[in-house]
Amino acid sequence: MQNALSVVFDSLPYLLQGSFLTAGIVVFAMFLGLFIGIFMSVGLVYGNRYIRYILTVYVWIFRGVPVVVLLFLFYFGLFAFLGLNFSAFATVSIVLGMTTGAYQANIFKGAILSLPQGQFKAASALGMSDIQAIKSVVLPQMLRLSIPAWSNEYSIILKDSALAFVIGAPEIMARTQFVASRTYQHLSLYITAGIIYFLLTWAGVIGLRKLEQYVRIPGYSQHGNQ
Amino acid sequence: MELSPFYQDLFTSLNSGLLMSIALIVPSAMGGVLIGITAGAIRTYGNRFFRTIIDCYAAVFRGTPLVIQLFVLYFGLPNIGIYLTPYLAAVVGFTLCSGAYQSEYVRGALLSIKSGQYLGAQALGFTTFQTIVWIILPQAFRRAIHGCGNEIIYLIKYSSLAFIVTCIELTGAGKTVATEYFRFTEVFGIIGLYYLALVSLAIIILKKIEHRLFIPGFGHH
Amino acid sequence: MMTDKKPILRVTNITKSFGDITILKSVSIELAKGDIKILIGPSGGGKSTLLQCINCLVLPDSGEIELDNKRIHFTRKQDIYRLRQQVGMIFQDFNLFDHLTALDNITVALRKVKKMSKKEAEKRARLELKQVGLDDKEDLYPAQLSGGQKQRVAIARALAMDPKILLLDEPTSALDPTLIGEVISVIKELAIKGMTMIMATHQISLIHNLADEILFMEDGRIVEQGPPGALLAAGNTSKSQGFCDLLDKLSEVEE
Repeated sequence: MQNALSVVFDSLPYLLQGSFLTAGIVVFAMFLGLFIGIFMSVGLVYGNRYIRYILTVYVWIFRGVPVVVLLFLFYFGLFAFLGLNFSAFATVSIVLGMTTGAYQANIFKGAILSLPQGQFKAASALGMSDIQAIKSVVLPQMLRLSIPAWSNEYSIILKDSALAFVIGAPEIMARTQFVASRTYQHLSLYITAGIIYFLLTWAGVIGLRKLEQYVRIPGYSQHGNQ
Repeated sequence: MELSPFYQDLFTSLNSGLLMSIALIVPSAMGGVLIGITAGAIRTYGNRFFRTIIDCYAAVFRGTPLVIQLFVLYFGLPNIGIYLTPYLAAVVGFTLCSGAYQSEYVRGALLSIKSGQYLGAQALGFTTFQTIVWIILPQAFRRAIHGCGNEIIYLIKYSSLAFIVTCIELTGAGKTVATEYFRFTEVFGIIGLYYLALVSLAIIILKKIEHRLFIPGFGHH
Repeated sequence: MMTDKKPILRVTNITKSFGDITILKSVSIELAKGDIKILIGPSGGGKSTLLQCINCLVLPDSGEIELDNKRIHFTRKQDIYRLRQQVGMIFQDFNLFDHLTALDNITVALRKVKKMSKKEAEKRARLELKQVGLDDKEDLYPAQLSGGQKQRVAIARALAMDPKILLLDEPTSALDPTLIGEVISVIKELAIKGMTMIMATHQISLIHNLADEILFMEDGRIVEQGPPGALLAAGNTSKSQGFCDLLDKLSEVEE
């Protein structure tokens, strides 16, 4: 017991350093996912038949294949096959970004469809082009409606980032495994890692809840509408 | 047509891996739903003491990565003298984690039932038991099924983590072949298709059930 | 109108508090077969709580309820279930079971509480739906019915249980003004058939036409009671008269 605690105490700085990489993965993936999600949702709602079809297949694949399989596929397979020499960190960020992009596309699509029809028409009636209408009327409303679902995505990406260790990116999980394999203090070390993830998860969720309140406009809340 | 030795090896491994995956998914899904219903009911109706305990359980398992939970069970518990087989560790981990998420949907469904439904039943002379069986459960079931079904679909995907605790299911079986032949793109592409098939099948079944049970006013958009 | 028949329901000195707030202060009512008593008064006066106490949906802190000269023991579940089966309740917001069709909303209680067979229950339910003019809507779910239709189903559901007394808690106040009429006419028909009722309502036409007796409730007490002819006579300065005048004015504004 004495030994377990001292191992945890000694290795804590080393483990916590991993949270920079974890944070890097999460932030990169969230923004890549946001970018992919916004474009895809517009395509899914306003695009022609072929665009919708291709995007639907993308969503189907990234929602149906496990993250671990995607990591192996991209890191050892596709990227090498295409001659791309991406680091483990870059691969994890891209794969998680593409995955959450598929989920975010659906979230945004739902948000766009839940906007009253009149919003787009009113924008057109004022002489806005389609793109102007989407940019200045549809997107600002859609993004606000999506924040609660977004906070859910954050928590999923954070937890999925722990899978980066299977391809060797030195984030929290990989570092924990490294220390555990040398000290044999598996239980206490993994519980420590669990606590770090737990704090990061709920800190992020609460932060996003604050953001939701900050950008709130009267009449826009997922809870208030029903 | 003869398949090359690589493909023969691959499909033999993947098919036995698939059986293991199913052997992981089915009991975990059932156990998860069972825990979810119990935990969800306690989180909604339980007294303060039990509610707090079960709330903590759900927060912990929803707030930490599944892979850490598996590592604690498989590599961690031996530190205090508890040894689980890879299969058991995986099933226990999946069940506990899935149950925590399921309880969230069950709780949401129970909370969404308006108090007027209880009042209406009581006013007609229903006993508490009759009210639960004939009014509350049929409504809660319909409100929870979409979320609970999705959770099972997540479980199918996350069953791929079992190989990390050396329980050789679909992903683990494929990984062995891929490393042996050094053909990652094909192997993991094909594994991906296996999972797509499993997930799509689950989605179709879920849609069928939801469609069967559809009632105006209980739809899911 | 006021007959000398012995009362079927006797409510004596009912008191109810929630925390520090006393909602009902020693309220008593007697009801003989065929009586229609109408509760009026400002909201928050205790009308709704009184009705819920009579049906034991809210258990009184003290006082007695007797049905057919048999005292209801509030601690005996069987007593309470029996009481509820014989005293029907109509709610302001209907409380139809959202997962059941109009027909099944009626049959579920007949089958589960009264242990009728499915066939018998359906036959009875169709009869009741016909009485309220909804025999063509039996397969629709609550989400597919208008407010007025929902309330009529709720009335049919209560009547199918063969209640000795019907309690109505502002049955029209959650309804769109255009839908009030259909519910009022169903209630008027019940009155003609001799249904025993206690109703809280602000509908002036119901008060004038149906009431055998008006009970004016304020601050948890019945402060005035008497037949409408006396209480609402021109030139009377009763609280009830003042209140009804106010309701009259409000309804004129609405029109």
